[in-house]
Amino acid sequence: MITAAKLLAAEGAANPLIPHTFELVVGIFSFLVVLFVVGKILVPRIQKTLAERTDAIEGGIKRAEEAQAEAQALQRRYSEQLEEARRDAARLREEAREQAAQIKAELREEAQAEARRLVEAAHAQIEADRAAAFAQLRAEIGRLSTDLAGRIVGESLEDEVRQSRIVDRFLDELESSSAQAVR
Amino acid sequence: MSALTVLASDEFGAPTPDELFNLPPIIPGVDWFTKPVLLAMLSAILVIGLCWGAFANPKIVPGRLQNVMEYGYMFVRDQVARPFLGKDADRWMGLLLTLFFLVFIWNIMGVIPIAQFPVASHIAFPAVLAGSIYVLKVYLGMKHQGPVGYFKNLMFPPGLPKPIYLLLSPIEFLSNLIIAPFTHAVRLFANMFAGHMLLAFFSMVGFWFLFEKLTPLGAGVGVIGVVMTIVFTAFEMFIQFLQAFLFAMLASMYIGGSLHPDH
Repeated sequence: MITAAKLLAAEGAANPLIPHTFELVVGIFSFLVVLFVVGKILVPRIQKTLAERTDAIEGGIKRAEEAQAEAQALQRRYSEQLEEARRDAARLREEAREQAAQIKAELREEAQAEARRLVEAAHAQIEADRAAAFAQLRAEIGRLSTDLAGRIVGESLEDEVRQSRIVDRFLDELESSSAQAVR
Repeated sequence: MSALTVLASDEFGAPTPDELFNLPPIIPGVDWFTKPVLLAMLSAILVIGLCWGAFANPKIVPGRLQNVMEYGYMFVRDQVARPFLGKDADRWMGLLLTLFFLVFIWNIMGVIPIAQFPVASHIAFPAVLAGSIYVLKVYLGMKHQGPVGYFKNLMFPPGLPKPIYLLLSPIEFLSNLIIAPFTHAVRLFANMFAGHMLLAFFSMVGFWFLFEKLTPLGAGVGVIGVVMTIVFTAFEMFIQFLQAFLFAMLASMYIGGSLHPDH
């Protein structure tokens, strides 16, 4: 131990707490060089890049949000348009149905009027026919009756005026009695 | 020199600090050019090279090296700079990243094969860094708080009963302005020094009992030495990282304290 201590004392620089002068110089030199290159040149570059990356990520998120909002707006617009189209279609269908009903009603009205007209015409025809037949029958019956009566009564009833008067009266009585019978 | 003394004697002798740390010049005659000096310069070149490769043309989408180095940058920024400097963190990242990377590479030289010497185990290297930080600390403190205000804030923290200052002020003065730079440097130096001695001791045990004097009894001790060397190498790597982190963190703390006296 004594020799070791002597040795330490002799060499001087062996005390580990005493710095070597040249090591101090090399230490400060390497520190300053690294500080200049890394600290002054390189760190600002990586800081810039990190900031840019943050911007890029944030920008990306923002863009995505914008795109999403746009898509949602578009979807909303589409659904609105779809809804409107549906409403239009429903409205058109309703109108068409109304028009159809109206046309149907008009057609029915026309058909009914036509039918009525036809019925009335038929009635008139029938009435006319009946009147004609009646008139003809009246004449025929009158002649047949007078003929018959003439034959029964003889020549006294030959007089034209008297003859027609008798026939008319007879027929009027006949008509009124038949009308009463109908009622 | 150390290997010769070990070979010459028949008994196992633990490596002495003088053998381990007092290294001869690499080129005889060029006294200043020793192994620590060479490694210190190589480390500086390595740090510059790695940072240049990663950060010279940084990409938004990083490559592999940039990714790894960015991981280091993020670590220093989030764990070292921001807790003590807050919004000023980015301004001091250059210094803090330099400190962390340089000290870390200096330390890790202790376990890199062939190099196997932690540069920071020579006190000159931690001393220049701690000294620079100390000068910066005092300068920033006087600049931001005024020459009088700096010492007032340092020695008379507000809100204490008056008699306390009799005791507190000298202690604060001593710890902040006299002792702090020494502990800053010595903490790193002593950890690397002790770590290197431990590794050297255990590898010497393994080498001596398994190769130099292989005996049936001694072989077990040699195996323990090898196993412990491996275990302590892993432990040392952790310590080397931790001390680099601590050194940068203390620098950040000192700078933060000078910028904002409240902390």
